[in-house]
Formats: sequence, structure tokens, C-alpha cells
Amino acid sequence: MNKVVKDAREAIKGIEDGMTLMVGGFGLSGIPENCISALVESGVKDLTCISNNAGVDDFGLGLLLKKHQIKKMISSYVGENAEFERQLLNGELEVELIPQGTLAERCLAGGAGIPAFFVPAGYGTEVAEGKEVREFNGKPHLLENALTADYAIVKAWKGDTHGNLIYRYTANNFNQPMATAGKITIAEVEELVEAGELDPMQIHTPGIFVQRIFKSTNYEKRIERITER
Amino acid sequence: MALSKEQIAQRIAQELEDGYYVNLGIGIPTLVANYVPEGIEVILQSENGMLGMGQFPEKGKADADLINAGKQTVTILPGGSFFDSAASFGMIRGGHVDLTVLGAFEVTDQGDIASWKIPGKMVKGMGGAMDLVASAKNIIVAMQHTSKDGQSKLLKECTLPLTGVKCVKKIVTDLAVIEITDEGFVLLERAPGVSVEEIKAATEGRLVVKGEVPEMAFS
Repeated sequence: MNKVVKDAREAIKGIEDGMTLMVGGFGLSGIPENCISALVESGVKDLTCISNNAGVDDFGLGLLLKKHQIKKMISSYVGENAEFERQLLNGELEVELIPQGTLAERCLAGGAGIPAFFVPAGYGTEVAEGKEVREFNGKPHLLENALTADYAIVKAWKGDTHGNLIYRYTANNFNQPMATAGKITIAEVEELVEAGELDPMQIHTPGIFVQRIFKSTNYEKRIERITER
Repeated sequence: MALSKEQIAQRIAQELEDGYYVNLGIGIPTLVANYVPEGIEVILQSENGMLGMGQFPEKGKADADLINAGKQTVTILPGGSFFDSAASFGMIRGGHVDLTVLGAFEVTDQGDIASWKIPGKMVKGMGGAMDLVASAKNIIVAMQHTSKDGQSKLLKECTLPLTGVKCVKKIVTDLAVIEITDEGFVLLERAPGVSVEEIKAATEGRLVVKGEVPEMAFS
């Protein structure tokens, strides 16, 4: 079993216009920089991107937005991006906003074969529009559907040839749940080792969820807000 | 005198109890971490996947893989842990977080809160706010009592899109500490030098005053 592909360009083969992608990361932390660059280069368009955030103007998913490759964003928070705002106000971009925990759980459910579930978040708000409400333990809950994607693209710290993944610090975030919910899951990693070299007790994402893995070459790892003592 | 943002945070910090797991929102709530009373240990949860959040890193030690929910670089304290976003909101939804402190544009005397969207202006998204308010066992809202032009933000009904309904239990504003019960906004404490009449005038929702209302005490 060897899931290793050469580079980002090879990893994203098969991603076509109009497809739905999950893209891991929180803010700019733990985003699959190399695959995003390859997608920009490929020119693929009309994408629906499920990602907690939408990057900034000149980094992360902002790069795809700038080239009008994204048709719809499904996110919890899309601030910090002026181009996003411009496209949204001009009607060039659709956006669906989802409470962050519900978004994470919808990805997890998609990967785990749970078609829908009830959560309290969003009851009584515009998020509840059109959704079934049911009371559990005296509290109203909304029925939320699972999310899956044609491709899930995640970034991990270490990975092996079987696709087992370990994330670093808070760069785990949406990568772990999203890795489970792609029909094809692509992982880009900073360190790629032979199967057997990672401690099986430390694996976050078991290789069964990952179809393609590659060692990425360079990471900018841009920091959105450097704060120091 | 109306409280400064720091004093609002300082007053909220008095609500902390030893052993609490606490989620602090962006803005004034973040400042609460600076005023944890001596002898009390609280563990901060950051919704992007960390327990045991520490202070900002030393100069030159910032790490792009270690940030808080406000996307600022932070550190982790001994005994802390990292986890994914689904596990993080599992903690929140499952009621494992003892206290949530967050900001708001408006709150009603029923405990409804509006904090995420101003129609006509940019919509940035709710982030984790809806998950937090719907599930937290105990929510304290840190906010200004009135807008810059003097309009009350403590209302009968929210005018802005809601974040959650019937969920806020306590509010600390620049003028008062208020508990929300079935009766409405129950006035617990006044900011030093602020009269009950001034608070009444600044509160559009139903304000309940029972007996003498003490001034907030700051050590």
C-alpha cells in the first residue's frame, strides 16, 4: 500500500469545475498551502469550498477567490478578506454561514455515515430557517445534515506512506474532521515517512481516510496576527 | 463613573471559581485572563482546539501552528492539550465548559442575545458564538450599557439578528452587574458613583431593583 504522489499538482488531479471541496485550517493556521497554489495554477473554477474561513486577500483561499475560482463558500467566519466582501456585495459569490461547531460536526457526521443530527446551536436565529425543530430534554434543537465533499484537502505535520496523519498544535482544527469526509482525501505533510515509523498510538487520522499524500516543499506558514509579550 | 473595559474585565474575573474551564470571547472577554484572582486556577479553552491556553509568546517565539480563536499567536501551559474543532465544540455543546464570557451588541430582558451581524454592513459570520450561547451552562456578557449615541443596548427585543434565545444569565456593563431572571434584568450592583436612576435611564428592557443596590467592589 503506497498512497504517495509526487507533488500538489499530481495530488489535485481529478478536481474539476463545479466540484465541492473541503479545505482544512483555521484562519491561516493549518491550511493546505501547496494544494491551494496548485488549484490556482490549474484554473479549475465554480468550486464550492467548505472551509471554516476564507483566507485573507493574498493568501489561503483568498488566492482562489481573487481568481474567481470559487462559486460558493460554506464557512463560519469570513472576515478579514476585502475581496471576499466585494464579490459578495456584487453578487459574484454565494456564501452559506454555519455555526462553527455545527460545521465541524457536519463534516464528522459526513465521514462517519450519520446523515443528520440535532444540535441546539442556531435555534431561534436565521440559521434555523427551514430546519426541523425537535425538543430534547426540554430544549429545542435543529436538524442538521451531514456534509461530504468530492475532495477533502488537509494539511498535517507528519504522515506516512499509508496515509496516517499527525497534526501539530492548533493546526489540527478542521483538518481532522474534514479528512474523514472526502470521497477522496488529499493530505499534504511537512514530513513524510515510511509506514511503521510513526507511533501508532499518536496517530490523529488513521490512513483509511486518506487516498493521496505528498511531502510539500515549502511552507510560508503566514501568521495573521503576531502577538508577543 | 462608568467602568473602563479593563474594569469590566476585572469585575467579571471575580465570578471565576477555582477549577473552572472557561471560554473567553474576543475583545473585553479576553482581558478577563489578566485579572484571575490569586489562589484560583482556571483553565482557558480556545475553540480552535486547545485547553490550557497561556499568554502571548516571548519575542521571536511566535508559531503559526499555535494560535487562539482570534488568530493571535499564543502559548500552551503545562497540563494543556490540543484537539480538533469537532472535539472542541463537543466540549462546548456537551456542557463541559463551566463559563463562557462573550461580547454582545444587544441583550434582552429574556436573555436573548444579538452579537454577530449588522444588516447593511459586512456580514463576517457567527464563528463559534451560536454554538457557545446555545450550550454553555453559564454565560456572562461583557458589553457597554449604551451605544455611543446613548441608545440602550439592554432591550425588550433585539433589533439586530439573534445569536441565541433565552441563554444569557448575567451581564456586566460599564454601569452595572445584572442578572437575568424570569422577572427581567435584576440589578445586582452599580458601578462606583453611578446611581440606580442613571442605570434605569440607560436600560430599555424591564429593570428590577430590589432594596439597596451595592456598588461594585474592586480590590
